Amino acid sequence: MLTKNQIAQRIAKEVKNGQYINLGIGIPTLVANYIPDHLEVVLQSENGLLGIGPFPKEEDIDPDLINAGKQTITMVKGSVLFNSAESFAMIRGGHVHLTILGAMEVSEKGDIANWKIPGKMVKGMGGAMDLVASAENIIVAMQHCSRDGQSKLLAECSLPITGIKCVKKIVTDLAVLEVDPELGFVLKERAPGVSVEEIKAKTAGKLTVEGEVPEMVFE
Amino acid sequence: MINKTVKDATEAVADIPSGAMLMMGGFGLSGIPENCISALLKRDINNLTIVSNNAGVDDFGIGLLLKKHMVKKMISSYVGENAEFERQLLQGELEVELIPQGTLAERVRAGGAGIPAFFTPAGVGTEVAEGKETREFDGKVYLMERWLKADFSIIKAWKGDTAGNLIFKGTARNFNPIMAPAGKICIAEVEELVEAGGLDPNEIHCPGIYVQRIFQGKDYEKRIEQRTVSN
Repeated sequence: MLTKNQIAQRIAKEVKNGQYINLGIGIPTLVANYIPDHLEVVLQSENGLLGIGPFPKEEDIDPDLINAGKQTITMVKGSVLFNSAESFAMIRGGHVHLTILGAMEVSEKGDIANWKIPGKMVKGMGGAMDLVASAENIIVAMQHCSRDGQSKLLAECSLPITGIKCVKKIVTDLAVLEVDPELGFVLKERAPGVSVEEIKAKTAGKLTVEGEVPEMVFE
Repeated sequence: MINKTVKDATEAVADIPSGAMLMMGGFGLSGIPENCISALLKRDINNLTIVSNNAGVDDFGIGLLLKKHMVKKMISSYVGENAEFERQLLQGELEVELIPQGTLAERVRAGGAGIPAFFTPAGVGTEVAEGKETREFDGKVYLMERWLKADFSIIKAWKGDTAGNLIFKGTARNFNPIMAPAGKICIAEVEELVEAGGLDPNEIHCPGIYVQRIFQGKDYEKRIEQRTVSN
């Protein structure tokens, strides 16, 4: 099984040179730590910044500079600041190439649920609905099963959905899967030491396994 | 040049009535109109509708207005950091309309720009789409969303001049400049107020035409929600 950091490390391999990327809260934020130095990418924060840098040193903290998770941050050289309407024009307009976000559930058709648990949790969708409706490439980072052991990869989402037919790839603590309109979840890689049988048992939606499924490799 | 200056926050919010529709700038606690929120707390008004991306935290920002039961309805995109908000909502004491953040921003922008409606892909197929017109353009389905306007928009900038021109700092810009034109009356509080001519016109983010009242704020706390540092 992968740790949260290993999930982030695996997702970082999907990043390509020259991309503008939006990272969601939680595991997706960790992806930034694993993007190789030789790639030139720009991280977007939907509250109005292109060019998120590392967290600041204590003495450099600026309350007027936060990311979408409300964490204090810095800006890299060449950054630009803008208002919220401009920020989502970038997102809806398809100028952000890659969106990485967390999820509570994903369906075999690529629907995603991550904003509401009726009667229990009412936090709101933030920018997630705009992001999933617009991005060309959406990767989900999440645990394969919920805390009580229920599969989060389903035939249909049981929770209120955030977007339909949008997720292209999922990286969990057990596997890398792609979403195909006909084949459902297509198993591409296994976490080290995790068997195809275990992934089958823990995937409630339609799972397609084609040939030998390689183990992920971590440097 | 028209002088928009008022004395302070108390004067700026003195005529906001109960039941008013307000917009308030800020993302989380960054760029919120702290002085105006404090002044509103001293007013004996209620039944406010507030458009704001977030709802503050329990003991700061809009959270203070919620705690005093001054708010009837919140129109927001993310309210996760406020336990009192969640309690009032689940108890049915507070109405809430949750809107995708980009839709919220564009509805505000449209309200100020005279665009009554627009189409967006955000929320298609979700409960956000319930009761809304959808239309297909070039093979993709979009939702129709309406503009948002307010009686008062209350915003915070870094620097301003007496003509109402504004400059923002960092990510404290967020919803502030787009809310200015969407309010019949825009109240802007600034950290540094200068005479007209004291700002470089090339550097201004929000033109003074949208701002009706401006004052120099004081004692900014600028509370940080998630203090994160690198080693």
